[in-house]
Amino acid sequence: MLQIKNLHVKVENHEILKGVNLKVNAGEVHSIMGPNGSGKSTLALVLARRETFQVTQGEVLFNGKDLLAMKPEEAACEGLFMAFQYPIEISGISNAYFLRAALNAIRKYRGQEEMDAMDFLPFYKEKMKLLDVDERFMNRSVNEGSSGGEKKRNEILQMALLEPKLAILDETDSGLDIDALKIVANGVNAMRSPDRATIVVTHYQRLLNYIVPDFVHVLVDGRIAKSGGKELALALEEKGYAWVEAEDHTAPVAV
Amino acid sequence: MITTTQQLQSYLQAFDQSQKQAPAHNQEAWLRGVREDAFTRFCQLGFPTVHEEDWRFTNVAPIAESTFQLSERGLDGVTDHDVAPYRLAGLASQLVFVNGRYAPGLSRLTLGHKGLKVASLAEAILKEREKVEPHFARYADYRQEAFTALNTAFFEDGAFVFIPRGMVLEEPIYLLYLNVSSETPLMAHPRNLIVAEEDSQATVLEDYVSLRPGVSFSSVVTEMVAGEHTVLHHYRIEREDTQVFHVSTLRTQQGRSASVSSHSVLLGGALVRNNVHPVLAGEGGECLINGLFIGNGRQHMDNYMKVEHASAHCASRQFYNGILDGESRGVFHGRIIVHKDAQKTDAKQTNRNLLLSDGAQMDTKPQLEIHADDVKCTHGATIGQIDEEAFFYLRSRGLDEASARGLLLFAFASECLERMKPGSIRSYLERIITQSLPQAMYPEAVR
Repeated sequence: MLQIKNLHVKVENHEILKGVNLKVNAGEVHSIMGPNGSGKSTLALVLARRETFQVTQGEVLFNGKDLLAMKPEEAACEGLFMAFQYPIEISGISNAYFLRAALNAIRKYRGQEEMDAMDFLPFYKEKMKLLDVDERFMNRSVNEGSSGGEKKRNEILQMALLEPKLAILDETDSGLDIDALKIVANGVNAMRSPDRATIVVTHYQRLLNYIVPDFVHVLVDGRIAKSGGKELALALEEKGYAWVEAEDHTAPVAV
Repeated sequence: MITTTQQLQSYLQAFDQSQKQAPAHNQEAWLRGVREDAFTRFCQLGFPTVHEEDWRFTNVAPIAESTFQLSERGLDGVTDHDVAPYRLAGLASQLVFVNGRYAPGLSRLTLGHKGLKVASLAEAILKEREKVEPHFARYADYRQEAFTALNTAFFEDGAFVFIPRGMVLEEPIYLLYLNVSSETPLMAHPRNLIVAEEDSQATVLEDYVSLRPGVSFSSVVTEMVAGEHTVLHHYRIEREDTQVFHVSTLRTQQGRSASVSSHSVLLGGALVRNNVHPVLAGEGGECLINGLFIGNGRQHMDNYMKVEHASAHCASRQFYNGILDGESRGVFHGRIIVHKDAQKTDAKQTNRNLLLSDGAQMDTKPQLEIHADDVKCTHGATIGQIDEEAFFYLRSRGLDEASARGLLLFAFASECLERMKPGSIRSYLERIITQSLPQAMYPEAVR
């Protein structure tokens, strides 16, 4: 589904990603962990096609197509979804209106018929139930006046509605209390299927108790320093990132 | 200051002509006196120049240096068919004016509200002098303001709205001003008087529309008297042709505990000056001054607010949003004057602007004059571009660039819509605004 080969990315002339390689197959859940500043969010944003980031080397294939040649909206229409670490507030546009516009843009791209408000509403309500969101929420402006936890829940609600092929969750767990974390994890797990893949970007292991990954990768200084199964996350929790940094001979050794 | 380039001579001829034409209401001695007085003041004042603080950002030379004529008699062939797009269901009344002249055949009067008057002002001057004279030209100051003087000297007609004591009028009153241009540039001077007696409530919409493209000059004055404990909603849409010069003044006189809102939506015109001047004369009054202006091409839109707190315990809120594209220019000049005895005044002013092109320009200027000591006055202004983060967010959900931009502009404009009371007028404005947005992608962008 996703193949990242030797990806190098500069942000404001500063090299953040220094040769990332990663392969994600349909049906898999991968977790990318790493210390702050290691490039996790940059990787997520580049995949979502944030155009202000400059790719200097490498290649990314998404279902065989060149992802790096796509605009953000094309990537979304091709089935890529990123849940933002910091979701944006947009006053004056209701959640329901925004989501129907997004859903219809994607359906149109895929040659499907657009959904009218009558069909959309029950569909939306069903997903709101899944994420334990009050129905009044749909008439509220996008993320306006919402708490951090509500915004994250809204991201997952959007994901549930847009039904992407590849979902990237960028630190969706940050700022969530344990109850909200479980609801969000439930929402993500409900979407697990053999033809869908998920990348969970996180600093902490806790979310992975609820969204159990097939693979864990540790990103250190712009490279994947270590990969393993779900037990790697537990080891990291216990030993800290310094352990990987020390083991990774290509990275500077922490003293 | 009168400069030689100003075409005052042509106004003198026009004034003579209008006196000779002697519409019925010119026979009224008291009105004749006011008109002559106003015309004399206009000649003394001349058109304002950019050297005057209140006109610093707006040069009216294009108006001053042109010759405009009063339109000839007749309705210029306007038919019911022309008015069809401007009909709304559920109105209390709709008055239609063509080049400043009342068109009874096109107007729709609904009866059944006892004591309510929605009529031509010229007619009311003759038939209901006792209701008109105590208010007419008592608030809009033709002695100090050249355009008010011009309007007072030349007005032919306009609307007279009278809401009797205690009436709660739920259906809006729609005043439609059609501008039909001709080969020679015309001028029209609609004059409106809205009087709401104690404890009454009403909604009035003024809509300025061009039926044909062409150069013309509209100078409008509306005096609105909000009696004690009234609730009034006033809406103004300026959507004339982009060659039209339009100067309008809304002068509101608010009594004790009156709550008045003024909503202005400026979309059309070449040079537009929108004066909103409420005086909070009674204790406990509230006013909301809400506006949206959307400029493109070489349009110039100047919003001049003068909010006078003349009594204690009053609150005023000003919110103006501007969207400027092309080489358009916007102005927001927000004056707040707190008189000596207006203690416990709570005044707030916010002006937010989006510039969509490098050629667009915005001048925003707060001006607070506070003579009382126990007051709360705040102001803030922003000028910026479309938020790149929000733009990316929408695109990352599948919306293409044009749709994402259109949606963000709509959202920005919606801030203005959301301050209006939900109802038929708000929905009507929402449709009109959506159609006029530079990248309007969502004609049905209704919740």
